[in-house]
Amino acid sequence: MTGEELGLWGVPLAILAGAIRVSTPFLFVALGECLTERSGRINLGLEGTLIFGAMTAYAVAYETGSPWLGVGAAAFAGAGFGLVHGAICGLRGVNDIAIGIALMLLGMGLAFFFGKAYVQPVAPQLPAVPLGFWSDIPQVRAALEVNALFIVGAILAVVMAWMFRATRAGLIVRVVGDGAEPARALGVDPLRVRTLATMAGGALSGVGGAHLSLYYPGSWNEGISSGQGLMAVALVIFARWSPVNCFWAALLFGGAGALGPALQSVGVTEGRHLFGAAPYLLTLGLLIAASSPARSLAGAPAALGFNR
Amino acid sequence: MTLAAATQLGAPGLETVGLTMRFGAFTALEDVSLRVAPGTVHALLGENGAGKSTLVKCVMGVQRPSAGQIMVGGREVEIGSPRDAHALGLGMVYQHFTLVPSLNAAENLVIARADAPSVIDWGKEREALEAFMDRMPFRAPLGTPVGRLAAGERQRLEILKQLYLGRRFLILDEPTSVLTQAEADEALGYIRALAAEGRITVLMITHKFREVDAFCDEVTVLRRGRHAGGGRAGDLSHEAMAEMMIGAPPARPPARTGRTPGAAALSVEGVRARDRSGLKSIDISALEVRAGEIVGIAGISGNGQMELVEALAGQRPKEAGRVVVMGAPFGATRGEASAHGVRWLPEEPLRNACAPGMSVAENVAFRAFDEGGRFWLSPSRLRRAAEPLVKAFNVKCASIDAPISTLSGGNVQRAALARELTGDVRLLICANPCFGLDFGAAGEIRARIAAARDAGAAVLLISEDLDEILDLADRVLVMSEGRIAYEAAAAAADRAEIGRRMAGKH
Repeated sequence: MTGEELGLWGVPLAILAGAIRVSTPFLFVALGECLTERSGRINLGLEGTLIFGAMTAYAVAYETGSPWLGVGAAAFAGAGFGLVHGAICGLRGVNDIAIGIALMLLGMGLAFFFGKAYVQPVAPQLPAVPLGFWSDIPQVRAALEVNALFIVGAILAVVMAWMFRATRAGLIVRVVGDGAEPARALGVDPLRVRTLATMAGGALSGVGGAHLSLYYPGSWNEGISSGQGLMAVALVIFARWSPVNCFWAALLFGGAGALGPALQSVGVTEGRHLFGAAPYLLTLGLLIAASSPARSLAGAPAALGFNR
Repeated sequence: MTLAAATQLGAPGLETVGLTMRFGAFTALEDVSLRVAPGTVHALLGENGAGKSTLVKCVMGVQRPSAGQIMVGGREVEIGSPRDAHALGLGMVYQHFTLVPSLNAAENLVIARADAPSVIDWGKEREALEAFMDRMPFRAPLGTPVGRLAAGERQRLEILKQLYLGRRFLILDEPTSVLTQAEADEALGYIRALAAEGRITVLMITHKFREVDAFCDEVTVLRRGRHAGGGRAGDLSHEAMAEMMIGAPPARPPARTGRTPGAAALSVEGVRARDRSGLKSIDISALEVRAGEIVGIAGISGNGQMELVEALAGQRPKEAGRVVVMGAPFGATRGEASAHGVRWLPEEPLRNACAPGMSVAENVAFRAFDEGGRFWLSPSRLRRAAEPLVKAFNVKCASIDAPISTLSGGNVQRAALARELTGDVRLLICANPCFGLDFGAAGEIRARIAAARDAGAAVLLISEDLDEILDLADRVLVMSEGRIAYEAAAAAADRAEIGRRMAGKH
């Protein structure tokens, strides 16, 4: 069987390949937001962290020649944003959503300011793992060129689920997410736990940004993110705050994002912009389907106040 | 009398000597000496603000006493923090549960341990927990999230947790306030048995004389921060204990008038609605409240009572059935409520019936401020209308312009009642109207509800306090698992049968 004979089978294959490529930033931001929200705080600033992470990763990878140093720098920068969010929200009477939006705008602004010089140069890219080696169909091989960060993210989702179940740290995050009072009764400082969880969440979002600039689309410009950081928040609700569900939900969103290009590849160009809007429509549809006026959200950390 | 330091199984005794706690000019606790013998259950009685919680906080190291000593196991000790208290084997079970609702019992127990491992080997821990449960007189399910346990199971788990953590002196703060009588008797029976075996010593804060009689060895009564009396539980009559608590003979519950009720004011016909979790539903096939009667709905919290109130108030969509008020279908709009004289007193009025940041005068005016289609509001008119109401209902506030959130619970409740009971009241629906109030305030609120009934209003009273229902209601209903499980005239109501129905037994 050769490439030409693949015919319409190329569409699901292209969607799968696209889903893996597009879903990676969703996955990292969603895992980061999942961790933060499980501790009882919402960080809407992750869109800004994502973009700043993308810029930092690209700049550091270009200057040092190592994409992995870029990823590390993005994580570090993301943790910094998380620290600022966590510390400010620790003050009395501060609203985490408002601070999140402020930090989102700050992150974007700073990224555009420092990133001006890096729009032209070409930085080294992250490697991909050829998981399609067993097939001799070039399309299958191409589709299964899985980027390294996606694999890291998939493992991380499982590790995070295990952490919430079977480690002291994971249980403490869940306790804090249920409310500050139960946490204090255990002698845990909820502020510290939430700040650390927000920092870790920020670091993961930074890594998600690194994937944008160092793998796909693989360059730095001001339009690099199109709201993935914000959609990831919706995704966490849809995933019911479960890291493993976050993985599947990220794949679904990635697949929706890849729908347009996949159809284009087989020559369907009509409604291109409509397919481009698929992830946004999906976000809206899923949020409506997942909520009900008469029912509380199952699995929502009590401290978020969704079910009050 | 000399006191043994501890029982053979290690349950210590506790003594306070001249314990005093001052907050600035205010003295919350003055020269209180109390002696809890090892292996006994000791009741601590007192009104709200009598100093019970201050005393307990000093013992648990939450607050530092201004003067006085604490002795545990016969030795004077310095308790600077809850950690110190725990190290001495002192543990507290709070009135509001401190278990983490989204964690299951096993997770709750393990994470509460000071030496919880950083990576938890669940196989090993489950085995150890099962072995621990086997040594206890009662068990709790380990795998269910605590939020889904019944209140009685949670209370048992709270006690198990203290024992699991090695605490041998337990302070229980109103441990049965959320339990049915049967559940309470069971839990207190276990506690008493553990104490009798010498495994624990217990200091129990309570309001219920029945529990003192049945389960306690000794009693101490506090009033206004001072030791007001005490003795062996069997030697004190209820009247004597009540008098020590409030400093005067207790008020009698309002008497029933014995009039026959009038026409139906509220009928609920086949109403079905989903509960908050969306998993369970309520199904009320028929419920009628007539003018001039109080219908009381008893039940353990979480059996659909709040969903019923919300469905009546239009806050929860109905899947089927209809609500009829004064013969007309009722959609719970503001217009219908005012046309038929329907009034509400939801539970936790500060959260559910007030705008906390707005003034007392504004909150009191919510029913009447726009009467006659008025567009411009006059603050002075609102104040003039509020002043006599605030006075008549005995609402104590610094000023009627103060935000209502600055008032105490009893005063918020009085202010809400002032609003709801003024004007043309033909149907009053109230939920847990005396929750968290002390003797005096609760008696006053109940008298006002009874007075509304005597004036001809139909009253639906939903309460978790069975005594309140038996005191006030003309007809008693029990709600269990979303359905009306029992109905009887108050005179014919059988306490034991009600308890069984509340627990879901038929």
